[in-house]
Amino acid sequence: MTKNVKDEILHDHNHDGIDRRGFLKCMAWAGTGALCVMQGGVLKSYSLSRLSDLGGGAAAGGELSFVQISDSHMGFNKPANPDVAGTLKAAVDKINGLSAAPEFMLHTGDISHLSKPEEFDTVDQILKGAKPKDVFYVPGEHDVLNDDGKQFLERYGKGSKGGGWYSFDKKGTHFIGLVNVMNLKAGGLGTLGHEQLEWIEDDVKHLKSSTPIVVFAHIPLWSVYPEWGWGTEDSAQALAYLKKFGSVTVLNGHIHQIMQKVEGNVTFHTAASTAFPQPQPGKADSPGPMKVPAEQLRSILGITDVNYVRGQHALAVVDSSLA
Amino acid sequence: MRRRVWILVLAAPVIAAAVLLGSDSRGLAASARQAQASSVEVKIDNFSFGPATLTVAAGTTVTWTNRDDIPHTVVSDDKVFKSKVLDTDEKFSYTFTKPGTYGYFCSIHPKMTGKVVVQ
Repeated sequence: MTKNVKDEILHDHNHDGIDRRGFLKCMAWAGTGALCVMQGGVLKSYSLSRLSDLGGGAAAGGELSFVQISDSHMGFNKPANPDVAGTLKAAVDKINGLSAAPEFMLHTGDISHLSKPEEFDTVDQILKGAKPKDVFYVPGEHDVLNDDGKQFLERYGKGSKGGGWYSFDKKGTHFIGLVNVMNLKAGGLGTLGHEQLEWIEDDVKHLKSSTPIVVFAHIPLWSVYPEWGWGTEDSAQALAYLKKFGSVTVLNGHIHQIMQKVEGNVTFHTAASTAFPQPQPGKADSPGPMKVPAEQLRSILGITDVNYVRGQHALAVVDSSLA
Repeated sequence: MRRRVWILVLAAPVIAAAVLLGSDSRGLAASARQAQASSVEVKIDNFSFGPATLTVAAGTTVTWTNRDDIPHTVVSDDKVFKSKVLDTDEKFSYTFTKPGTYGYFCSIHPKMTGKVVVQ
């Protein structure tokens, strides 16, 4: 699909360069490997194959390129997908086929389905086949069953603080991995907790406001659908600490579908699962695994390719399905 | 004459039953309690506990069975009981000996809540 469309901004309520019509148009393309980028207040879209049209391409000039995968649920074997290892391998193939090789990967949680050691082992094994060798993880609620996350921390929590949060820098972009799946209260949503919030405030205190920020956590940090627990109780406090930054990208998983929202300088994005899809908010009785015809499954699972091109206001986020 | 006898014959078992049920006979009441103290089921399906509120007598064993295609847990709000992770068709049982109201939830999907009222 090659589209080069110039959209006139009609009603820019948030003063962020995207109006509702442009945003919805962008959302419709998201699942087919299209890229929406703001350039000088104008929304432009490009197909995945024309990524190089973006001011010289992401790989050129030492720009940043990474991939987000999520919700591999290794160990799940019900009708919605009896072969989650196969679809995770397909995701790795997709990653290895990207024109601009990503430097590293983020896994936004639910790596395993039942927190079993062999499930984590299988994912580690499959991801070894991906070109990007560095993988940064945050846990999903399925990764911290039975042991309050002890096993997860042992495997993936080196250098992390408290319940497993941490930050790192890549080519001038500051990455913050957060944990919002521990100590969940009855009737509640995801939660960051006081200790982690204090750490966030401290972690970004001395950063220049021009530093691009990428936050990644399992449960969405915006209120997607509270009735199904799709939100984080105290994320507003975390976002308040990031208010000074000109570019904040929040990458989440958990809901097994692609969703995007822009609020001021913050772009929220949720990834598809590599295991099974879930229904859209309110479109089913519950947020359980959604069965689709077998031939359609891989077109609803996917990976997210993220590129930062210096000089652009926002990170370019491109979703690709496995089919 | 016959009719009267017939009525009496019919009435006798009814009267006998009434006497037995109305009595404080330890034997019958005890077996009734025993019947109630057998396992009561809560079905976990579609991200919900069914029934959401369950009322039982003290001494009852409640068994939760996961019929959903995703794992769940049964965790008491006040740390009174806690199941391991229940995959599809796995069960967890707890015997409630003390009267009270026991709220619980699924620690994986905390929006799922339930209540056992023990009388």
